[in-house]
Amino acid sequence: MNSLLIPGGNVPGQSPESIGERMKTNDEQSTVLTLNKVGKSFGHLRVLKGIDLQVQRSEVVCLIGPSGSGKSTLLRSMAFLEEYDEGEIRIEGQLLGWQDTDKGRRRAPQAQINQVRRNVGMVFQQFNLWPHMTALGNVCEALRRVRKLSADDAKKRGMAMLDKVGLAHKADAYPAQLSGGQQQRVAIARALAMEPHIMLFDEPTSALDPELVGEVLQVMKTLAKEGMTMVVVTHEMGFAAQVADSVIFLDQGEIVARGTPQQIFHNAEQPRLQQFLQNYLDRNAFWQDARP
Amino acid sequence: MFDWPLLQQNAPLLLGALWVTLQVSMAALVFGFIIGIVVGSLRLSPIPLLRRLGGAYIFVFRGIPLLVQLLFIYYFLPRVGLPNVSPTVAAIIGLSLAAGAYIAEIMRGGFLAIPGGQLEAAGLLGMSDAQMLMRIRVPQAVRLTLPALVNEMILLIKASSLVSVVGLADLTRTAQNLAASDYMFVQDYLMLAGFYCLINVPLAYAASLLERRLKERTA
Repeated sequence: MNSLLIPGGNVPGQSPESIGERMKTNDEQSTVLTLNKVGKSFGHLRVLKGIDLQVQRSEVVCLIGPSGSGKSTLLRSMAFLEEYDEGEIRIEGQLLGWQDTDKGRRRAPQAQINQVRRNVGMVFQQFNLWPHMTALGNVCEALRRVRKLSADDAKKRGMAMLDKVGLAHKADAYPAQLSGGQQQRVAIARALAMEPHIMLFDEPTSALDPELVGEVLQVMKTLAKEGMTMVVVTHEMGFAAQVADSVIFLDQGEIVARGTPQQIFHNAEQPRLQQFLQNYLDRNAFWQDARP
Repeated sequence: MFDWPLLQQNAPLLLGALWVTLQVSMAALVFGFIIGIVVGSLRLSPIPLLRRLGGAYIFVFRGIPLLVQLLFIYYFLPRVGLPNVSPTVAAIIGLSLAAGAYIAEIMRGGFLAIPGGQLEAAGLLGMSDAQMLMRIRVPQAVRLTLPALVNEMILLIKASSLVSVVGLADLTRTAQNLAASDYMFVQDYLMLAGFYCLINVPLAYAASLLERRLKERTA
């Protein structure tokens, strides 16, 4: 735990004892997240139709697909921000959100849900920072109130996390005084401070001006390099192609295709995926040049 | 046009009445605030019956003019067996009930203005409902509602002029009495207006300062 207190300098990930490394060495269990026939309906609309998925430790999974395909709902289910109503989601073996009783499945008590998802960090499209707290305050809040760290320890860890995302110099700034990209990096630091075993990103760059996307993706790349387990809903195909271990294409609540970036982006077989990628190509003509 | 000696003679009387107005207004503000929190919470409750209860309260006390409420409390309630209340108590009850309805709506607006995503983030970080309330929701609701609450305070002080109808010797009633006896309507009522401004103008200024300061941070 103390390794986290060593500031990594402005270029994150240079410290040999970064989060990912520590997890790799200390934790033998290799499957972090297991989804087994997960389904979800809003009224009559079935938005997730029996999703099976496993995420291994240090794996980076990107979820892509058209809007309304259910990818955000799927990601939010992994943190039980949406109540999935069929199947199972297990985080490091523990069933998330539900418990089995003699009368069938019941929502688990909130304390139990929090216990299961304690090692899940999440980053939202809208950052969701608390505007009345400084950047450091945002990062330290849960360390103080939930992890019960002393003010000094929380501050030290908080500063280390801000440093990791290159924002130590903005510790005292309020969210309104930061750019979108900076706000999102603070949000990432806030999630990282809790030492999650898996990070979920829900379209983390979709609310950003195009020129601010890069700084956030850079932080995410560094995290991936350090061995953080990540599930990323994204429209950034470049990021998915470069960073993902596997890419999953969702359409109408089903996994239509899954594979390596190579398989998904260059050898797409499914017509629906081909069409989706073609639309993307048409909008972003530069992508074509990047193809090998 | 102005009778200075008389003005000097009347001023202390009005100053005393100003104190009555302030006392009644402040008491109503405190009780109205408590009522506002309770009714506002009812309006935000997940239980439909409680929500409707809160809605009914607001419907009644925002829908009926304060003057009518005051008459009702002072003259009607004792008729149907409720204890006789003094003018001061009747005034405070009437003002509190009405202010409570408005403050409840201000509170509700303040809490609803906080984006739900902030609470999702807090919950996911393991914060309890109580922690979220005290650390995330209340601090922001206070910031969001303070300007509106100060504004409500000003409205309340002005509305308190209506309590003269139950015979309380507040600022307005005292000025009326003075004018009725010395016939110096212009100077008595100008002084009356001046006294109200004496409280409300600084309050309004404080409200705008407060608003600007809060905006700088969280715009």
